[in-house]
Amino acid sequence: MSPLELIRDHTIQNVVIGAALLGLISGVLGSFAVLRKQSLLGDTMSHAALPGVCIGFLLAGAREMGFLLLGALATGALAALVMLMLTRNSRLKTDAALGIALSTFFALGVVLLTYIQNQNNAAQGGLDAFLFGQAAATLRGDLWIMGGVTLVALALVTAFWKEFKLVSFDPQFAASLGMPVMWLEVLLTVMIALAVVVGLQMVGVVLMAAMIIAPAVAARQWSHRLESMVLLAAVIGVAGGLFGALLSALSRGLATGPLIILSVSSVVLVSLLLAPGRGFVWEGIRLWQGRRRLRHQQVLTTLYRLALHHDDPAYRSEQGMLDTYHGHHTRKALRQLLQRGLVEWRSAPPEEPRGAKHWVLTPRGRDEAERILDSLGRGDD
Amino acid sequence: MLAALFDNAALMIILVGALVGIASTLVGTFLVLRGVSMLSDAIGHSIVFGIVIVWLITHQQSGPVQIIGAALTGLLTVFLTELLVSTRRVKKDAAIGLVFPVLFSAGVLLINLYARDVHIDTHTVLLGEIGFVWLDTLTLGDYRVPQALVWMGAMTLINGAFVTLFYKELKIATFDEALAKALGMAPGLLFYVLLLLTSGTAVAAFDAVGAVLFVAFVIVPPATGYLLTDRLWMMFIHGSLVSIASSISGYWLAVFWNVSIGGMMAVMTGVFLLLAFLLGPRYGMVAQVLRRRGQRRVNEIRTLAVHLYNHEDGPEQWAENVTRALRDHLLWDNAKANRVVARSREQGLVECRGQSLVLTEAGRDMAREILEPTRNGTGSLTTTAT
Repeated sequence: MSPLELIRDHTIQNVVIGAALLGLISGVLGSFAVLRKQSLLGDTMSHAALPGVCIGFLLAGAREMGFLLLGALATGALAALVMLMLTRNSRLKTDAALGIALSTFFALGVVLLTYIQNQNNAAQGGLDAFLFGQAAATLRGDLWIMGGVTLVALALVTAFWKEFKLVSFDPQFAASLGMPVMWLEVLLTVMIALAVVVGLQMVGVVLMAAMIIAPAVAARQWSHRLESMVLLAAVIGVAGGLFGALLSALSRGLATGPLIILSVSSVVLVSLLLAPGRGFVWEGIRLWQGRRRLRHQQVLTTLYRLALHHDDPAYRSEQGMLDTYHGHHTRKALRQLLQRGLVEWRSAPPEEPRGAKHWVLTPRGRDEAERILDSLGRGDD
Repeated sequence: MLAALFDNAALMIILVGALVGIASTLVGTFLVLRGVSMLSDAIGHSIVFGIVIVWLITHQQSGPVQIIGAALTGLLTVFLTELLVSTRRVKKDAAIGLVFPVLFSAGVLLINLYARDVHIDTHTVLLGEIGFVWLDTLTLGDYRVPQALVWMGAMTLINGAFVTLFYKELKIATFDEALAKALGMAPGLLFYVLLLLTSGTAVAAFDAVGAVLFVAFVIVPPATGYLLTDRLWMMFIHGSLVSIASSISGYWLAVFWNVSIGGMMAVMTGVFLLLAFLLGPRYGMVAQVLRRRGQRRVNEIRTLAVHLYNHEDGPEQWAENVTRALRDHLLWDNAKANRVVARSREQGLVECRGQSLVLTEAGRDMAREILEPTRNGTGSLTTTAT
């Protein structure tokens, strides 16, 4: 297919729009979920969408997207409620409650799914796709619903921006200002279900959790402000969604969900490695530079101390001795110090013609060594 | 006769289901108690990757190589998660949610790519096919035994042996990690072995129940036990009983409704958890409500006793110590006031003399004890003061 045909292709159009919507909503809502440490709640709610899809199908009698998504929203929210009930009213901890809600709701979904399949209903085709997502099966009508849900979610986020921000970072303060913290938290939680609903067709229930978490984590590495984090998460979500969905639509037989998740996750990896300030690569370089600087300072102050002990500012220290003293080779450090004009070398004295180089502090080197020792509080001198 | 047993498909399915539950309960108990249950979710998903890789390399469907090889992927997930957390760039929950989807996605894509070579389709990955476990058999001596039964039995024995041998160490490491460390018990290593066994169990159970339903068997039975008892060993008993009951009831319900057997078994674990949540003897909702109501009743009677005691022999005794006055002074409605008075009379704390209510000697003692708990020498204040 030429690029032009690709753009005109109806299926591809649907896939592109669907993936963009998914990236947008999961990036924005995921940011709040990750900041509020509710990443795994997304996992539970997405698995719990499966019985809802089946119930929606049973009620509608056919693959009516509206019914399916409404069902998914209902059971997703119900799972969150069950999880909350279990943690509030029993001795079970959050993790167990999450796992219980996730696995039993999903199991119920499996039971309903097999029930529907065994009814030999010709209309049931495609329910399986909700497990791993099948972008190519997206219909134009589905897109209107997904778009509507996304619009509602974005409108809510815009309308309650200040409240959501405060509740995410400092719920106590929000409560002290008289905000209805509980309702805002409920709203944020239900909105995760909205993201799940949009993602059902594209990535499926099993992998939707990663779609909520990954763009937000990636964006977090690049930004320290909620505004830019949310925008960036949306961009990353859209980009990853588009890439994965297009790949899946073009290569017949590869499930969409895994492809989208892998592309978004690679953005996470790159962000963790390279994000300015927080990236591992920069941290590694900083660590290495710090070690090197420390080594230079050690060698310099050693030269200074030796000169001090011998009451000779031009005391010549032999390189072999410096190596022994530090337990490692000092040649590289000395060469760097030489370049900075802090030390000079003298050839070996005539009585030891084959001895190693001797090193002497320059006046600038003395000043520098004194400055370093001063900043350390002089140590043992 | 034994051969007939192994040919009984229903029995084999129920047995495999029960073994999946028991083996999972043995390791899951510690995961639930340590608050890391969701690791089983991560492990369950990511072993898919390991299973496909091992299959592509060795073309062995099940057996020790498959179990150990794929179990290492489960351990890899935990290791990567902890690595990510240790960088402090990502919170623990987000780290779990980042790592396992990647491995799971890779596994699913490999299945898509090598669809013709791999014995599993993506559908089985999630749901398993416990209904067909009796088809793949292994010849042991003179008997043809379902493979799933052999490997699940082996994992149950291994998990059981591990828990029995290291019971004391596991117990201390779970409830007081600092103490375990101080005693030189290497709780970290112990935990990793536990996770390795969890992964191994997940692999052995994979053909039967798949990646996600496995989570139900690991978390739900021990959690049910946790709602019913305070003793560690009792948690294993309760968990195993729930597993067996879920396996049996799940199988019959699934056959009855013609739905997924593994799914129905997992649903049944949830049903038993719900029952324990509602009806548990100590921590159940009903018990809690009853206890709260009992406490409230006791408090009402105590309030009445104190009220009567305060006004006893006082000038306003005739106005205060009547049922009508309780409405104004204790803000009780008529029905409640009558109820409390009736209950107090039954317990012999209050008597009616005409209109007015009079404390009996027992009632007076009660009020006195509430108001002056130290006077009878029973309170701790007097003892510490001397």
